[in-house]
Amino acid sequence: MKFLPKTGFVLLAALFAMTAHGQQLTGTLKKIKDSGSITLGTRESSGALAYTLGDGKYVGFHTEMAEKIASDIQKQLGISQLAVKFQPVTSQNRIPLVQNGTVDLECGSTTNNAARQKDVAFAVTTYVEEVRILTKANSGITGIAGLNGKTVATTTGTTSVQTLRKNRRASGMDFKEVFGKDHADSFLLLESGRADAFVMDGQILAGLASKAKNPADFKIVGEVLSVEPLACMMRKDDPAFQKAVDDSIKAMIKSGQLAKMYDKWFMQPIPPANTKVGLPLSDATKQAWANPNSKPMEEYAIP
Amino acid sequence: MSWDWQVFFQDTGGGQTYFNWMMSAWGWTLLVSACSLVVALVVGSLMGVLRTTPVKAFVWIGNAWTELFRNIPLLVQIFLWYHVIPSMFKSLQQVPDFIAVVVALGFFTSARIAEQVKAGILALPRGQRYAGLAVGLTLPQTYRYVLLPMAFRIVIPPLTSESMNIVKNSSVAFAVSISELTFFAMQAQEETSRGVEIYLAVTFLYFISAFAVNRVAAFIEKRVRVPGMIGSAK
Repeated sequence: MKFLPKTGFVLLAALFAMTAHGQQLTGTLKKIKDSGSITLGTRESSGALAYTLGDGKYVGFHTEMAEKIASDIQKQLGISQLAVKFQPVTSQNRIPLVQNGTVDLECGSTTNNAARQKDVAFAVTTYVEEVRILTKANSGITGIAGLNGKTVATTTGTTSVQTLRKNRRASGMDFKEVFGKDHADSFLLLESGRADAFVMDGQILAGLASKAKNPADFKIVGEVLSVEPLACMMRKDDPAFQKAVDDSIKAMIKSGQLAKMYDKWFMQPIPPANTKVGLPLSDATKQAWANPNSKPMEEYAIP
Repeated sequence: MSWDWQVFFQDTGGGQTYFNWMMSAWGWTLLVSACSLVVALVVGSLMGVLRTTPVKAFVWIGNAWTELFRNIPLLVQIFLWYHVIPSMFKSLQQVPDFIAVVVALGFFTSARIAEQVKAGILALPRGQRYAGLAVGLTLPQTYRYVLLPMAFRIVIPPLTSESMNIVKNSSVAFAVSISELTFFAMQAQEETSRGVEIYLAVTFLYFISAFAVNRVAAFIEKRVRVPGMIGSAK
């Protein structure tokens, strides 16, 4: 113990103090125990990650994971009843709703980036999104270089627009951008021939193509344009709650339960139409699971 | 809640700042509004006049036009012009997005303006029209020299509201990929995570645009006022 510096002791002491403090609950855990309920933020249409079946039913990979986290927290708190409420959120309101306490834990399709880390905290990354190019199978486009002189669709209010802009600037290519107001609209632009390619998160592209009239008409081509770690979001400065969430996720990774959930939502037929997304687990996501971390997007190298 | 107004001086990744982008978005909002207003005033006045003529066929056309365009929601009309009609007539696929929005917003507003112009003409005593015809003016001349100069003065206040509405309604252009203020707000807040600052700035720009229209209309109203005539009371 000779090498342990003095500050180490202080930190260690602080850690003990914190765990001792943790027994008399504070923050979100106290709120959950006192109210006997937890509010999970979810999305209405984020591909297979989180979506609604209507009628107040929310499903998806991240939604199921969030339900499991809630039941782990219930066990940890030792309460017999826990009401799990869902609150659908949008890209515009998700951060304010987490900050003001309406939502305790948001698991949808939120990118962990440095700007958001100023306002909220993130659990360990559970899915690494890759921005890809979807095109018609007969378009002859095989990668970003093939987009020169073409029209490229993407969805308003997504980070893919920025990715596209950066790529265009870096490559010096000339392509026209059109923007759909939502993913279905952008897909319509591609389907109707107004756009030659659709640049978006890989799992959203795979999901849309799988639901098309003729899925074989479309294919995902070329390189990964950008990598974004997606993670559950919660209030800042609440280490006890964050630890509870992270522990639950790490246990799911370890037991293989998370991999099973992934298989269920991305490789098997899913409701409502019983179609398969058909997107195998990516290497980037595998890596994130092997070493659980909450690195922001900025620390991921863009390939 | 902490403020971060520096966000407007960040680079968008495309070689300009968010402030530059917002200014260009404002330009698109004003351009869409101005072009749509011209379409709406011209077509709306024409349809309004047709509805007051003694010719049954003209009245029918004017009424049909008004009812068609004011009974369909604006956003639906935008999609009709952008997605549905080009897929029926392939040659229209080359029409720029901008034209689709101007036509949609212009025609939608023209139905409302037609209603107001009609109301303005009908507000005049019937004797005015007969007097014009009795002194030997043709029907078009009666409209040009007797009816319309007074009718338009009467309807300046509702036309002002419509012109302000067009600035605000131009926000639907985001749905067909015009890079205007609402589009900028939705996109920039996602990229910067500073939604409150972005939306406040955009709200302010919408407000001063609509308010400027209001002031211009008030100026016109004052300039064209004819003492002793209807619509000049104040």
